[in-house]
Amino acid sequence: MFIIKIENLSRIYSPGTPFEVVSLDNLSLEIEEGEFFAVIGASGSGKTTLIQHFNGTLLPTCGKVQVCGIDLADKKRRRNLWRKVGLVFQQPGHQLFEETVFDDVAFGPRNLGLDRAAVGERVRESLRLVGLDPGAVGGLSPLTLSEGMRRRAAIAGVLAMRPEVLVLDEPAAGLDPRGREQLMECFERLRAGRKMTVVLVSHSMEDVARLAGRVAVLHRGRLLMEGSPREVFSRAGELRAAGLDVPAPAALMHMLRSAGRKVRTDVLTNAEAEEEIARLLSR
Amino acid sequence: MLSGVTFGQFIPGDSLLHRLDPRTKVAGVLFAAVSVLAASEWRGFILAAGLTVAAVALSGLSVRIFLGGLRALWFLLALSFLIQLLLTPGEILLSLGPLKVTREGLEAGGLIFLRLALLILVASLLTLTTSPVNLTAGLEKILSPLGRLGLPAHELAMMMTIALRFIPILLEEAEILVKAQRSRGAGSGRAPARWIKFLLALFVPLFAGALRRAEDLAVAMEARCYRGGAGRTRMMVLKLGASDYAVLGVTMAVLAGILALRRCCG
Repeated sequence: MFIIKIENLSRIYSPGTPFEVVSLDNLSLEIEEGEFFAVIGASGSGKTTLIQHFNGTLLPTCGKVQVCGIDLADKKRRRNLWRKVGLVFQQPGHQLFEETVFDDVAFGPRNLGLDRAAVGERVRESLRLVGLDPGAVGGLSPLTLSEGMRRRAAIAGVLAMRPEVLVLDEPAAGLDPRGREQLMECFERLRAGRKMTVVLVSHSMEDVARLAGRVAVLHRGRLLMEGSPREVFSRAGELRAAGLDVPAPAALMHMLRSAGRKVRTDVLTNAEAEEEIARLLSR
Repeated sequence: MLSGVTFGQFIPGDSLLHRLDPRTKVAGVLFAAVSVLAASEWRGFILAAGLTVAAVALSGLSVRIFLGGLRALWFLLALSFLIQLLLTPGEILLSLGPLKVTREGLEAGGLIFLRLALLILVASLLTLTTSPVNLTAGLEKILSPLGRLGLPAHELAMMMTIALRFIPILLEEAEILVKAQRSRGAGSGRAPARWIKFLLALFVPLFAGALRRAEDLAVAMEARCYRGGAGRTRMMVLKLGASDYAVLGVTMAVLAGILALRRCCG
């Protein structure tokens, strides 16, 4: 079942002015219900523009977008997409505005019209999900938190709405390795446990290789390739030409291969790379 | 916002207006603005409008950019027109209940509409064709004689430039905030409390962001040893050329013409 279906989507900013930019160019894509879908691409390739169509924040210049059975051309129904699709923007820590972390995370659930008890339960649950202690952090002002904690609080604010689709725009950029790991595990748990569809925009090829079921590669507003991480990352030459790279373990395998060693290059994780090197040494 | 060109933005180019000395442009815009305000009857208006249209043509920029600027302020234009149209007493042309449209009202409304539109065009010409760096250089030079009276010319010019520089950035940030808070359901529903909350959700982070940016900028300027205007020289030394004198001459002539018309016929 497709939960997001995009057909021939184009998006042009400031048409007819000197600042005209074709951000998306005739792009078609389908995302399945319950999958972990990753979008990668160099800066300016259209990733952010693409995902902002997923909850109707942006509307197509031309083409068709359907999310959770709602066509974006349907003015009335697209207004309610925020209830189904949680979108975490870049630098979400800068969007906190309430006096306490609790109130900020509760903003979405309250807008959903939930009662007090349900709101409280969701806030505590989602703070725990992102690795924050509700008792310790809930009553603090967001301004007193560190940048990393603010980021997590903001992500909790979207999780608290329990969306069917969770869309994340570089959620871990600038976090320390441990915080990044925790967040990624949290997203994967939500997908596996709650059957949430997760769409992740990321510059970390390692995260994508480890977590994503499918990957789309954008290059200058066009879909360059699409497939499993194994398929996509085996095409190192094309990825590098598009300003991207392959995960470190795969890069190592490509180097060994070009040094004349017979190794597999469709390696994604450290464990697989270890196995492959052990095999090479034992021969 | 992103969908159009914002008021106060600079669009690089190589037209006659782009190449003029910024001092000429500041003075020219002042003369043109006074002309628009002083024009009291149709001949004066034709002169002022002619000057503005010629300047728009000379800027080499697409007319759509200027129309976009007008569209951004349409509410102000429409409101001024309506107030004049409905509240001026005189010969009644049309009456709808308590609302009366008079011939004098129509004239006064048309005048104020034209005047405001021309003013907006003239003002946008300055920022559209002058880079912030040039604009500061020009303003600083114009204000520098007042330095002897204790006016901090350099600092004032720098403040103005920074303010102009931040308009597009803050607009962009506001746009992202609108999107982000809408995605959490802000502004959904009709209750006024919801809208007040929405405004809070916009302005609190916007101000926090502006303060953060201001601090970053201050640190960055200090890190590069910025210490005000004293003893600073410029890479590009301002110099008035033939076209500058020509533009100053034309704008002054238009202004003089309008003042003369006002004197003898107004």
